[in-house]
Amino acid sequence: MPDGQAITTPVLAADGISKSFGSVPVLFSVSMDIRAGEVHALIGENGAGKSTLMKILSGFHQPTSGHILLDGQKFELPPNGETEKLGVVLIHQELNLAEQMTVEENVFLGREIRRRGVLDRKAMREIVQGYLSDIGLSISPGDRISDLSIAEKQMVEIVKAISRDARVLIMDEPTAALTEAETELFFAQIRQLKAKGVAIVFVSHKLSEVKEISDRVTVLRDGQWIATQKAADLTPDAMAQMMVGRELADLYPPINEVDVDAERVLEVQNLLAPGVEGVSFYLKKGEVLGFSGLIGSGRTAVFEAICGLRPIDGGEIRVDGVPTRFKSVAAARDAGIVYLTKDRKEKGLLLGQKMTPNLTLFALPRFVRNFSIDRKAETEALDRAIRRFDIRARDPNVDVGDMSGGNQQKLLLAKVMECDPRILIIDEPTRGIDVGTKQQIYHFIAAIAAEGVSVVVISSEMPEVIGVSHRVAVMREGQITGILSGDHINENEIVRYAAGLKRED
Amino acid sequence: MTTSPKTRNFRIDFKTAGPAIALLILCVIGFLLNPAFISEGNITNLLTRSAFIGIIAVGATFVITAGGIDLSVGSMAAVIAGVMIIVMNGAVDTFGTGVTTVLIGCGCSIILGLGAGWVNGVLTTKGKIEAFIVTLGTMGIYRSLVTYFADGGTLSLNYDIRGTYRPVYYDSFFGLPIPVWVFIVVAICGWLLLNRTAFGRYCTAIGSNESVAQYSAIKVDRIKTLTFVIQGLCVSLATIIYVPRLGSASSSTGVLWELEAIAAVIIGGTVLKGGYGRIGGTILGALILTTIGNILNFTDMISNYLNGTMQGLIIIVAVWLQRGEWGRTKHKTE
Repeated sequence: MPDGQAITTPVLAADGISKSFGSVPVLFSVSMDIRAGEVHALIGENGAGKSTLMKILSGFHQPTSGHILLDGQKFELPPNGETEKLGVVLIHQELNLAEQMTVEENVFLGREIRRRGVLDRKAMREIVQGYLSDIGLSISPGDRISDLSIAEKQMVEIVKAISRDARVLIMDEPTAALTEAETELFFAQIRQLKAKGVAIVFVSHKLSEVKEISDRVTVLRDGQWIATQKAADLTPDAMAQMMVGRELADLYPPINEVDVDAERVLEVQNLLAPGVEGVSFYLKKGEVLGFSGLIGSGRTAVFEAICGLRPIDGGEIRVDGVPTRFKSVAAARDAGIVYLTKDRKEKGLLLGQKMTPNLTLFALPRFVRNFSIDRKAETEALDRAIRRFDIRARDPNVDVGDMSGGNQQKLLLAKVMECDPRILIIDEPTRGIDVGTKQQIYHFIAAIAAEGVSVVVISSEMPEVIGVSHRVAVMREGQITGILSGDHINENEIVRYAAGLKRED
Repeated sequence: MTTSPKTRNFRIDFKTAGPAIALLILCVIGFLLNPAFISEGNITNLLTRSAFIGIIAVGATFVITAGGIDLSVGSMAAVIAGVMIIVMNGAVDTFGTGVTTVLIGCGCSIILGLGAGWVNGVLTTKGKIEAFIVTLGTMGIYRSLVTYFADGGTLSLNYDIRGTYRPVYYDSFFGLPIPVWVFIVVAICGWLLLNRTAFGRYCTAIGSNESVAQYSAIKVDRIKTLTFVIQGLCVSLATIIYVPRLGSASSSTGVLWELEAIAAVIIGGTVLKGGYGRIGGTILGALILTTIGNILNFTDMISNYLNGTMQGLIIIVAVWLQRGEWGRTKHKTE
């Protein structure tokens, strides 16, 4: 690698970029340079401005001030993804593929090879096949995108980028939805691209991965540039410290011990359901039980099955010692068991509606008097929820979709709490929200448990599970590999159970 | 920043009032073209004619708000009318030509309406087939059934029963024709159901996002089926007041009613892809559609044959105005 030359002219650089949306500033004079043949990680908390910076680097947003340098020249990037023609490609987190078309059709979408006005399928097929064999991907150009796994789709996106002679590849959380094995495969591709001299910018919240794959790391906090350092000089802890900018010790509330002889409110024995292969555990009154494990290990499936959202193939569920099987979410709710989805925008809230209908939707039968909805009671409920969960909205009539992620999450929590559950299951309680709100959510969870409600916290963020739970169940491939308590709850142990290196019998 | 909430409120108000303003403008135009437009006779006639489409459109508002669509209502009305006539003619021998026979016919109509709606609903929810496809299928089935029952011709109601039944369409009650009263009652019930009950809230939630509804303990299949059943009930009520008008049914009965009903719903501001419904708007929409036809009858400036053109233009303009609004909000959330 001709190091000196690369340093003198970065392929793409941001120079003192500031950006405001309306009157809200998001980035403050951020600079970043990207060199050919490097992997440059961009890290920061949610709301730190990473996405905005990526969108500016790829022309989707124009900076309010400052400029972009392409090959050392000041350059105004064209909007709407036309920077692809300049070799700068942004791969969105929500992949941008036509699901019903084939791999080959997707790769050549919009610039199909034609011969005498007719598509030259043979030529296109050969070219795509070439790329696929190059990166060692065992899919065929004729496969439909909808039949591929998320990792494979990601690879197709990369092939698409390479086929457009990408020099800079910008990726938004590419590993967020990948399993460990898929991530390894993905990193192998990244290394190959790097060797070819492609510059790669990627955003990730998984700091150990950042450490593993990247050459340099740029940290953003609250829209400010904090540091750009060699990854080799940083530990994941140091990165976290720079991201947050303060000690995180008080992030989690103190945990009250559960009564030793508190009754078991929920017992599950040998539960079988799609994605769940014989799961047994119990939950005590007032206890917080964490569920850890990799994405796709079946944690969500267990609780969706219990709450009547998925069919159950076998096993026993006992609520207060009584064998039960809920046919519908409504039945589970009436028994006091509620599930709060991790998919806030798609399954949790009606984004086009106001706060009140969202808040009362889950517990609506409670608001019915004489066959009609008691609107006064609804308004009172909203006032209570706003106070209790500190929901901050500009005005109560704002559309929920226009609220911040943190406030949406608080509203969602308020929504399920509206029916006074005895067992609360929260899936990914703090996905996509900033650290201040996270802290509040953790305190809400502790307070709810202190009132005698049993809480299950499913989370992929290990510090979170460790910080709020009395006990932690670790899942792998549809089974619980271990249930940890006391001093055994630490990242090391959890990782070993999650990776299948250790297992309880 | 400070002015934006104000403009937003103004826009929403304008949007809500849009159909009412449009109807008002149409009425002024009607009056200017021919002062007889606001004569009592014409207004009564206009309201009576709106009743059929209006009642059906109230049902359609529920289906569409919950994210469905029902294309079968016109054919359903025809086949219900046909079966009603057959049943009433058949009942003459045993029950005579009195009120009993008419009541049997009406009961039959309601059972058929509920049943047909239920079939549409179950095929859509349990069968997991798109409502568009299901109701396209039942539309064809009902239409051919009525043709078959009428043997390709016309089913006529027994002349004596017609005499008994006639007042349901032609008589007035407190100065308003009975169909208008039925329309009013259906509209009020529909409004209460959609805006004041948990059921209405559930319809809106399902139409906005079915997954959210499911995760919010809503029995999605049951509610969606119920919307089709309500639609069926509305069709049967409309048929009950329609049959005495002509006393006959044929393969051309109720042709294109489904499109007029959907048009009324959309003009009224209900969103075609679901999640937002307005009964008041639907009623205004039905009135607007009938008023256009009525005005064209009153004037020589535009040929009456262009009725469809005018209705079509109004529909497109209404949706275009809506699109502007919804496109804007959508853009904001993204």
